[in-house]
Amino acid sequence: MKNLLNENIRAPLAFAMMALLLLFVGVSQSWSVALSIFNLCLISAIMSLGVNIQWGYAGLLNLGVMGFTALGGVAAVLISQAPVAEAWTAGGQNILISLALAIVTIVICLQVKRRVTNIWFRRSALGITLIIGYLAINHFYAPGVKAIEAVEPATKGFLGGFGLPIILSWAVGGMLAAAIALVVGKITLGLRADYLAIATLGISEIIIAVLKNEDWLTRGVKNVAGLVRPVPYELDLQNSAWFSDGVRWIYSTQLDKLTEIGQEKLLHDLVIQSSSIFVKLCYSGLFTSVLLILLILSIKALNSPWGRMMRAIRDNEEAANAMGKNIVKQHLQVFILGSAVVGIAGAMLVTLDGQFTPASYQPLRFTFLIWLMVIIGGSGNNLGAVFGGFFIWFMWVELEPLSIFLMNLVTANMDGVSVIKTHLINSAPHLRLFMMGLVLLLTMRFMPKGFIPEKTRLHSIS
Amino acid sequence: MLELTDIINALVLLSNFVLIPALSYGSQLAMGALGITLVYGVLRFSNFAHGDLMAFGTMLTILLTWWLQSIGISLGAFPTALLALPFAILGAIALSLIFDKSVYQFYRNQKSSPVIFVIVSTGVMFMMNAIVRLIIGPNDQRFFDGTKFIIHPREFKDLTGLSEGLAIKSTQLLTVVITLVTVIALFWFLQKTRTGKSMRAYSDNEDLALLSGINPNKVIWITWIIVAALATTAGTLYGLDKSFKPFTYFMLLLPMFASAILGGIGNPIGAVVGGYVIAFSEVLVTYAYKKFLIYLLPEFMEPRGLAQFLSTDYKFAVSFIILVVVLLIRPTGIFKGKTIR
Repeated sequence: MKNLLNENIRAPLAFAMMALLLLFVGVSQSWSVALSIFNLCLISAIMSLGVNIQWGYAGLLNLGVMGFTALGGVAAVLISQAPVAEAWTAGGQNILISLALAIVTIVICLQVKRRVTNIWFRRSALGITLIIGYLAINHFYAPGVKAIEAVEPATKGFLGGFGLPIILSWAVGGMLAAAIALVVGKITLGLRADYLAIATLGISEIIIAVLKNEDWLTRGVKNVAGLVRPVPYELDLQNSAWFSDGVRWIYSTQLDKLTEIGQEKLLHDLVIQSSSIFVKLCYSGLFTSVLLILLILSIKALNSPWGRMMRAIRDNEEAANAMGKNIVKQHLQVFILGSAVVGIAGAMLVTLDGQFTPASYQPLRFTFLIWLMVIIGGSGNNLGAVFGGFFIWFMWVELEPLSIFLMNLVTANMDGVSVIKTHLINSAPHLRLFMMGLVLLLTMRFMPKGFIPEKTRLHSIS
Repeated sequence: MLELTDIINALVLLSNFVLIPALSYGSQLAMGALGITLVYGVLRFSNFAHGDLMAFGTMLTILLTWWLQSIGISLGAFPTALLALPFAILGAIALSLIFDKSVYQFYRNQKSSPVIFVIVSTGVMFMMNAIVRLIIGPNDQRFFDGTKFIIHPREFKDLTGLSEGLAIKSTQLLTVVITLVTVIALFWFLQKTRTGKSMRAYSDNEDLALLSGINPNKVIWITWIIVAALATTAGTLYGLDKSFKPFTYFMLLLPMFASAILGGIGNPIGAVVGGYVIAFSEVLVTYAYKKFLIYLLPEFMEPRGLAQFLSTDYKFAVSFIILVVVLLIRPTGIFKGKTIR
């Protein structure tokens, strides 16, 4: 047993267990379900990597993960949707003017803050600038928004995007998240750790509120659906000759046993099944390559002098500061990097879903669950974070049927029509929240470094 | 020409849609923020599970209310929930103490950093959230009974002949009165009683308090008892006034934190003031002043739009913006709370 928990073999053990779990789902439920879980596991692992960069490397408690995920989603919409020309002519100009005015107002405020020394003069100058800025922006903004939202409100009513392949949005999502993280980080990184948590949680809610209400940008709660995929569509596959030939070749032994009519029918079913699996496999391939690239970069970064400096800052800020490291600058850097990785994952998630629904972003699912992944997987260890992403997502999905099964078992002896029984079975899905909380508390108590702990190398001085 | 009735109409309108709702929402926030501030002051961590503790307490109130209603007990004009509240408080206290013993105590003994406490409290948050959803489900629940209005808008109109009717719901008055009584009692307790003084001493300087023979365990127990009582009361009042939904209570966490930090975290007076400031700014900023201005301004100056600073959808965001701004400009809050850095 002791050997089994040796830290060196924990990582292979963990991933082998994960593979077995997924294979088990493939065999017992279906390969399509297993692949769906696997794809979301990959995305979760990338998010978890991003949070690990912030928390594991540098000890920053960022509870704004949800906001950066959503920003990635925004990028996916803006890159892939075709521009709506009428909306641009209707109100595009007004939006651009108000954006420019907003920038001007902020620049003036920053300049006033920097240059004016008299405190009362500064405050009144700031106040006046803000009020004038607000009125000026609103003068252009409100009619612009109204005009844009009036353009075919049922299907469009927004400015649209660039009409580029959606896969570009993965990089753009990262950049967008990084840009916002720069602003957020500048504002919040001076705060003590638990205030940073509250502030970032608040900021992520603000981001979601903006996305829900600014219809001209991403249609708000009216959602954007039907994003163009980077991979083939099932229907196209089913109609293409090469695909059905391929399926025929793979299943040839099975098909040869049947009569002609039986063959046709089975082939038809197989093609439909395989097309869905093929699409999911395409996504898996894309996601796996992104994950591997990011993982390799993260591992390299953590083992580089930069990574050592980060850990030094995390473990003892004062000492690192005394050694001449600029802590504020490094914190900002790592905050931006981590958020960018989360943004990439956010764009990938929307790509996979094919739609952007701002109302689906909830802190429990997109912030706290990701944190769970990092802490349970092993903060500070990239492999640990990836494992956490896989394991927790798997649990999150599979605990639901499992708890319904358990509830059925528990209530098996109860009266068939009992109100309590139906209530218990109906509320079984919430059991997974309980289990997640319990797992978090148990991990924090008995395995605070996570399942695959950070490797600390001690060099003796001799 | 500006007439007196126009002015009165405008004022009635404003109190209907701004003053009275903000006052009752502010009271609910104030009581919630008091709980957060007490945990921060005495136990020294930001309790992310506070919203869900509120939800748990309220859930108990609702269940007891339903039971009381089913056996035919009611309070007449008052909501039955008031009768259930004390027992619900006991339940919330029990849950808080269980979590303190089984979870927080360990980290307190270890003298863990605030960050660890935040993470652990999110674990507790998950569990409490799950307990509430398991028992009562994730949907909206209404449990109000008794007289709905103290001043009915139509009766008010008939009585005064004004075109605007003043509406005061009984839950709004109840909220304000109960908050007033609770806050006064709490301050009397903290300032005048021996236990209250020991709590404040422990909050100010743990080591000195221990040296002068204060029993830390007793202080912590009393704190959880007060916090659970405040949370349950605040949650019940919020639920009576609006409705109960677990997710809404979870989302109340941020406005409550905003109130506590705005007032100066660890400072009870600050929490109360912060609660009202947040509530009033949320309502004031998102209220459409069009009708109000039409009463007051001459015709040619009447606003064309809604005369609204921010759309109502941003109501919640207002408190987050205030929170972030306060953390930036004056992190110690209005009244000096614990220093943040």
